[in-house]
Amino acid sequence: MNKPVRVVPFDVEAVRAQFPILRTLLHGKVPLHYLDNAATAQVPEAVLEAVRAHDALRRANVKRGVHALAEAATDAYEAARRKVAQHLNAREEREIVFTSGTTGAINLVANAFGATLKPGDEVVLSGLEHHSNLVPWQLLRDRAGIKLRFLGVTEEGRIDTGDLDELVSERCKLIAVTHVSNVTGAITDVAAVVRAARTVGARVLLDGAQRASHGPVDVQALGVDFYALSSHKMFGPTGVGALWGRAEVLASLPPFLGGGEMIRTVTLEKSTWADIPARFEAGTPPITQAVGLGAAIDWQAGVDTAAAAVHTAHLADRILDGLRSLGGANRRIRVIGPQTMERRFPVIAFAVEGAHPHDICQMLDGHGVALRGGHHCAQPFHDSLGLAGTSRASLALYNNAGDVDAFLTGLDDALTKLT
Amino acid sequence: MDTLYKTDVLRLAAQATGAGKLADATKSVTVDNPLCGDRVTFDVHMGANSKIVAVGHTVKGCVLCQASASVIGAHAAGEDAASLEAVRESLKAMLKQGAPAPAGAWATLGTFAPVAGHKSRHECVLLPFEAVIQAAGK
Ligand SMILES: Cc1ncc(COP(=O)(O)O)c(C=O)c1O
Repeated sequence: MNKPVRVVPFDVEAVRAQFPILRTLLHGKVPLHYLDNAATAQVPEAVLEAVRAHDALRRANVKRGVHALAEAATDAYEAARRKVAQHLNAREEREIVFTSGTTGAINLVANAFGATLKPGDEVVLSGLEHHSNLVPWQLLRDRAGIKLRFLGVTEEGRIDTGDLDELVSERCKLIAVTHVSNVTGAITDVAAVVRAARTVGARVLLDGAQRASHGPVDVQALGVDFYALSSHKMFGPTGVGALWGRAEVLASLPPFLGGGEMIRTVTLEKSTWADIPARFEAGTPPITQAVGLGAAIDWQAGVDTAAAAVHTAHLADRILDGLRSLGGANRRIRVIGPQTMERRFPVIAFAVEGAHPHDICQMLDGHGVALRGGHHCAQPFHDSLGLAGTSRASLALYNNAGDVDAFLTGLDDALTKLT
Repeated sequence: MDTLYKTDVLRLAAQATGAGKLADATKSVTVDNPLCGDRVTFDVHMGANSKIVAVGHTVKGCVLCQASASVIGAHAAGEDAASLEAVRESLKAMLKQGAPAPAGAWATLGTFAPVAGHKSRHECVLLPFEAVIQAAGK
């Protein structure tokens, strides 16, 4: 007999209770409905407390001292590295480099891996990328004479992996694409990307900024070489993030930033490099923030992320349905991205004919709803749609039906005034 | 709640005075707000002694930006770059220092007084001025 499946309902109110900011009253009276999680997620009490406790009890610089605090701080910092490694299912802890965030991680690869490229080599990106996975490569192109090529985007707002055969040639050394789009929420077909890269011996970098807040990632199963993430999008502090790199790949790269901690020996003429990950962590790292990121990962590990995903997908469905019913003959609402929750995350961008995203967002702010409007650092993609910007609602596991209803009611009100 | 979107602002935006391209433009300038991707184009027809005869604007932007362009559309004729600069400075002072609204013909700009409390939106109101001043300049 099959074992009965135990369905544990996701207790969103218990989760919400752990986020002090969700009790905020805006403008002195309106409850906060935070739907800007793709930009920055909120922080639970456990993380706030871990950050405070670190600075109150273990604050010291890492690696340099032998005194008790220095050792405690180093232990805490390295424990955070272990947690990131676990979250990503990295083979080894030394594959985790702390950075300032996703942007820092991608710039690190664009410089360190970029230094190994020769004029005429190619890097393949897509038309859906966040500027942080585009501009570093443009800078590299201008510096090193490499060529950039771009995968297209399907009608549905997904990276068009059908372009891979045509774009990935023997000259391709790296494919760098987003794991989950911060505009359309679409999940990239990573397997197809990795297959194409392997046939020509190219590396693969995934921008995981939007993925890492939705439960553990398995970089080994994904088969990629680099993975970038930001703490502040996964319930941790700002100012820190991580690059995961396959050990043998990282170990083959020269440093990017120079300074303390990343060297083995230094003379006035010459230095030799430390092993990974220290080679890529010049200077004092964001220690407290890394500890906070570790606490955020611990916190996430204590949540049933599968149940949370079902919960947020339900809410996202409710938004998609709501947008459909708010639209009509004289209110043209266009959802940018997949129209169902299949193979996507709860990031929903939409455009309303005749209503500017900033007006929509400002009016919704009056209803306590935090929404984002603009090009979401994906200007080329918006250009391709013929739009200057979109409005975006993005969900995290602490959002509830009340948030969605406040959003839909507020939007109805805003559109009544604006269109 | 929506103090920014008082009916006056919405009305100004809807009136869109001066919207459209000028067939006989002396000069046309487009400016962008890199933060939000908004784009304003002002065409100007300049007369003798560098005074504006007519303007036409194309706004890809929010209601505040449209309303501001509409005010310019209604009052720009007869101004030159320097006098528009002075108007912009008093508008800026209203938004940033709580100074009183400009007097005289440009008093309508007082409609934007509630924007003062929303720093991120100041540029929305100022962008059309940037465009028309550049267009009217040398
Ligand atoms: C897909 C994606 N990539 C990269 C980034 C940049 O992240 P950060 O600003 O934390 O470096 C973001 C954040 O908006 C993002 O959504």
